[in-house]
Amino acid sequence: MRVLSSSLLRSTFRFATSFAAVALVLASVVLTCSQPAHALPAFARKYGLRCSACHESWPMLNYFGQKFKDNGYQLMNDRDAPIWQNPGYWPVVFRITPIWHRVSTGKVEVDTYAAGAPTGGSAIQRISSSGFDLSGLDFHTGGTLEKNISFYLLPSSDSTGAFHFEQVFVRFDNIAHSPWLNFKLGRFELDNLLSEKRILTLTGNGGVYQTYHFIPQGDGNIFGQIGDNQLGMEYLGHSVDDRTRISVSLVSSSDGNVNLSTTANAYTAFVAGSQAFDAGRLGVQRVGFYAMAGEASTYYLTTGGVPILGSGIGNKSFTREGFVGQFYAGPHIGLTIVTQHGSDNAWFGQGYGNAEATDGNGGTTCTAAPCPPNNVPGTTLNAGSQAPSWNGATFEGHYIYSPQLIFIGRYEFEKMSQQANGSGYGVGVTGPNGFTGPMPSNLGNISTYTIGFRYNPFMTSRAGLAWHNEYNWLHQDGTGPSLTPGVLTNLNTSEILMGLDFDF
Amino acid sequence: MRTRLQNWTLLLSSAALLAFPSASSAQLTTSDIQTRIGAESHVGNITGHAKDAALPYRRYCVGCHGPLGDGNGENAVWMLPPMYQQPRDFQLGIFKCRSTPTGTLPTDQDLFDAITRGFDRSNMPQWNTLTKQERADLVAWVKHFSPRWANEKPGTPITIPPEPEVTPERIKAGRDVFARVQCWKCHGVQGMANGPSASTLQDDLGRPIAPFNFTDGSRPKCGDTDQDIYRIFMTGLDGTPMPSFADNIKPEEAWDLVFYLRTFMAQKSKEKEIARGLGLKPVDPNAPVAQQ
Repeated sequence: MRVLSSSLLRSTFRFATSFAAVALVLASVVLTCSQPAHALPAFARKYGLRCSACHESWPMLNYFGQKFKDNGYQLMNDRDAPIWQNPGYWPVVFRITPIWHRVSTGKVEVDTYAAGAPTGGSAIQRISSSGFDLSGLDFHTGGTLEKNISFYLLPSSDSTGAFHFEQVFVRFDNIAHSPWLNFKLGRFELDNLLSEKRILTLTGNGGVYQTYHFIPQGDGNIFGQIGDNQLGMEYLGHSVDDRTRISVSLVSSSDGNVNLSTTANAYTAFVAGSQAFDAGRLGVQRVGFYAMAGEASTYYLTTGGVPILGSGIGNKSFTREGFVGQFYAGPHIGLTIVTQHGSDNAWFGQGYGNAEATDGNGGTTCTAAPCPPNNVPGTTLNAGSQAPSWNGATFEGHYIYSPQLIFIGRYEFEKMSQQANGSGYGVGVTGPNGFTGPMPSNLGNISTYTIGFRYNPFMTSRAGLAWHNEYNWLHQDGTGPSLTPGVLTNLNTSEILMGLDFDF
Repeated sequence: MRTRLQNWTLLLSSAALLAFPSASSAQLTTSDIQTRIGAESHVGNITGHAKDAALPYRRYCVGCHGPLGDGNGENAVWMLPPMYQQPRDFQLGIFKCRSTPTGTLPTDQDLFDAITRGFDRSNMPQWNTLTKQERADLVAWVKHFSPRWANEKPGTPITIPPEPEVTPERIKAGRDVFARVQCWKCHGVQGMANGPSASTLQDDLGRPIAPFNFTDGSRPKCGDTDQDIYRIFMTGLDGTPMPSFADNIKPEEAWDLVFYLRTFMAQKSKEKEIARGLGLKPVDPNAPVAQQ
């Protein structure tokens, strides 16, 4: 027994020492080869800063990144002009995300079959689909043309490769050496503190802020989308440390569509302001407001019943306004809150405004009458038509474990406070917006939440890679399909997504 | 008796350790640094703690200054002097911008101001978006890299007398000081950084370094007020060829020199106007000092 035990011990010891030696070799290699954790890498490459210097988690900016952006993509270190760069430096970045996702839509109206032939009837059922997929492709280029003259150009494609210009502008910065005087002209994102273009989530419904895009059911206002990039000019002023910011934009009410095709003769103003406070160990806290007031066309001249591009008149008004707060509870926990009250003119509520039904690229999808409702001379609103209005809010929290790992949670709600078809709307009367009689008070209300995390396995100033995981659930009242006329059903959709979000 | 597997594994282990010496030495340095994680800073009524700056340092600073604070972050190799200066090696405990005499440690406020102000013409930006607490924590973090703080106290800040009124006589006197202490040898007779020694300058680590060009509109690295300029040449920029002139220039002469240096600078100033009215000529490097 003793011999056996001793032999067993020796064998065990030999195995252990061999294993430990191999483990040591592997550990040496892994530890030596592994790198410490790397937004727009073009900027990171230019200035030699890691992504995390400007981004809470790429692509969402932190306060330093916001200041860098507000200075016209300049560190203000007297080395911002391109003349100081290596001539080989070319500020181009691409970003694309291969993904796997599963989308489930709670109610879809589908044809029914019997004995291999359509019955002519339909049924409501859930449709779930899953598979590998691809996001669109972005080519970001941006930087300085000269000291205090900056630019941005973003050709962007959808996942089929169809390109458009998502963002294009030239900016004059620090005019008269004052950070309070900056102007830009082009197509750009409105000065939303919680930037949708820098959103941390990627699913179909979770990849946008519902608060920035909510439109009442049947509403024809193509504008009012504060999340979309807009065409116009912007004034921005900020304090040297960026604690105080104010901006005013004047944009065409075209929702960013080019070629003066839609609502060409209407403008919208957007103003935003905020003030940040140093709260010691809690971090920098910021509170602000935004307000948008504008007009958009409801009447388009026609030829043969088809609207004429760029002929929009009969402008009606709309407004969006709200408060923004960005709060931190130390370096790990952040919460951003955006509220919105929105209101559209009653004409929009009845479906007027999108007579051209733009395709988003300056073209029109309406090539033959009848087209969407057009406020031609002599048109009147049905009795009981009223200006739709609503309230909404976005709550987005972050747990920043480290610059390389962030957990995201978001809840949004949008609730109608006044429907377009009021209680005085005739029962049985179908409005141009497609709805019959008074609308239920909750029609179109949205509740949605999104959770996820992004992990950056490395962090340098050369490239970015995030392992992205996300789940979104969205509920909307009364927008589901129904087999019974006049009966509205609710719609639930959900999506789970996993992907590798990378840029270089 | 070792088995064949053991021999191979030992051989491979030794090879791995020899092949990656930086990993093992880095660990030693890390543990050495870790012993000072309790470092504190005191800026005004704020107390900074090194341990609270680990995350901000990793987020903002490590790319240049490196995880060990030795200035060997992954971007350091691309900062080519003299156009870009290399990131500061915090382990040395030597800093350019101080209010304290040459050779001494800076005050916590000096380091705090450096983080807040950044360094013009370098990759070190202004970090004034961080809270004061975060900056104070980072000061403590910077201090924990060097054993100097464990063994030395910061120097006593130099006294800067009240700034006198600018007069033509003072500017002319400043020109005399400029000639006497031979500022022109590096900065050039017109402050254009083209003095005869300019191309030969190196910092204490043997890396090329360029003198400050007063004429191109840049801001002096350690601040651009008159007091800042006074402080720069009275304390020197440690680690660079710019010495302290505290032993060569009297305090009242120092103000004269500040006024004269202002005449070189691109920014509008009363000194420039006076110098223009005087028709002040650059110093003649070949003339005896008394005749300049």
